[in-house]
Amino acid sequence: MTMLDLSITDLSARLASREISSSDVTDACLARIAGDNGRFNAFITVLADQARADARRADVETAAGRRRGPLHGVPISLKDLIGLEGVPTTAASGVLRHYVPAADATVAARLREAGAIFLGKCNLHEFAFGTTSEDSAFGPVRNPRDPTRSAGGSSGGSAAAVVTGMGFASIGTDTGGSIRIPSAVCGCVGLKPTSGELPCDGIIPLSPTLDHVGPLARTVADAWLLFQVMAGDPNPRPLPVARVPPPSLRLGLLRPYFMDVLEDVVGDRFGIELGRLAKAGIAVADRAVRHASDIATIYLHLQLPEASSYHAPMLEARPDLYTPPVRQRLELGRYVLAEDYARARVGAEVLRREVDAALEGVDALVLPTVPITAQPIGSAALTIDGQAYPVRGLMLRLTQLFDITGHPAISLPCGRPAGSLPVGLQLVGRRGRTGDLLSLAATVEAVMAQQA
Amino acid sequence: VEAWLRAAVEDAERRGLPELKPLLEGMAQSTIALRAADWNDTVPPSREPDDE
Repeated sequence: MTMLDLSITDLSARLASREISSSDVTDACLARIAGDNGRFNAFITVLADQARADARRADVETAAGRRRGPLHGVPISLKDLIGLEGVPTTAASGVLRHYVPAADATVAARLREAGAIFLGKCNLHEFAFGTTSEDSAFGPVRNPRDPTRSAGGSSGGSAAAVVTGMGFASIGTDTGGSIRIPSAVCGCVGLKPTSGELPCDGIIPLSPTLDHVGPLARTVADAWLLFQVMAGDPNPRPLPVARVPPPSLRLGLLRPYFMDVLEDVVGDRFGIELGRLAKAGIAVADRAVRHASDIATIYLHLQLPEASSYHAPMLEARPDLYTPPVRQRLELGRYVLAEDYARARVGAEVLRREVDAALEGVDALVLPTVPITAQPIGSAALTIDGQAYPVRGLMLRLTQLFDITGHPAISLPCGRPAGSLPVGLQLVGRRGRTGDLLSLAATVEAVMAQQA
Repeated sequence: VEAWLRAAVEDAERRGLPELKPLLEGMAQSTIALRAADWNDTVPPSREPDDE
């Protein structure tokens, strides 16, 4: 294990004791980016000089006994949808190729204040409007486990960066699953907090009522630290990992619809890990969401017109600067009628109540994060049990519900058999109780690690 | 929905976007499902503008 493989929790302890300097670890990250970014295309902008200067300042503060908190001197990255003062923020689009924000997004400002070092801005699916990170003005992100495959999206560059040691974490956004999907198919932890918990100002919107910002990290404890800092606490206490003993936990397994269409490897791996959790004493009970088959319909009628509303002026002015698939979906949204948007809003409330009901009597819901593994770059459809499905629909199938309802959800690596593509296990908690979800997720993570 | 689809396809073609047709047809199926959902029973019936 090298220092680039450490968790933030471990790195932070070594930075505090001055066993490692922020300058050294930042240099190591930048060297990894210089060596590997060409293969994975995870970064659009690398802030080498600024990162080195910030790391030197962090080291001076540490030497003077002025550590700001656990992120002090820790190199991370931001999805290139998140504004950073004086740094191009492209949204991976030709439309914004020359856009330079005048101020940090609120979450970036909080991370900066907590001492985090920004290595650069990560590649994504153009305007976060896609699940593969293939449609980007800067070329596709490639999966670290198999560069012929998609890294998932839309925060694909962020997930690739975290998994390959090009930084210790990344900040992404999630409108239909864009943090959890790439985390699942690349093999890291991805947290979508409760709707509204973290501010999205200074972040280029996709669909304002569905947008969330959150961390991609290597461990649940790291995701907790990043979440707490972005929520406004620059010096959070570590997550109490052992607070929840497995036998006291109850999980609700979402079955109808959610387990109906799964690639074999996903179903097998999820079943094995669920069995391990049960063996550790965690109770698992079946749960259902009555209108689950309407999720995609509701999502489309909310997401498309909201996205089109933001993009209408740019679609009129420079349609040629969009990638064709993203432009077509944005144009599609301009035809959704207001009455159908209103119907979808009612449907969203129905789903919210049904997820609340599914959580009654259990601590969290559990389901796979994505029904399929990373697909070859360029594939638009695949066949499961003799039926053809569009990749985009499958990628969103198990995550978009919780963007609609606002419940916090986290994806954890679901077993790591050597040589196989990553699979994600998703846990969903009560609205406003993201901390409780993370405590539970840390217990689940520990059980899976012990028994792997 | 049928009338909406016809008008939308015509408009897209007029705007030089014939490639939207299959997407609009898929959207129409989704809109039919949305309008058929049983929760619509809870939505107040729409009113004519003269009712205002």
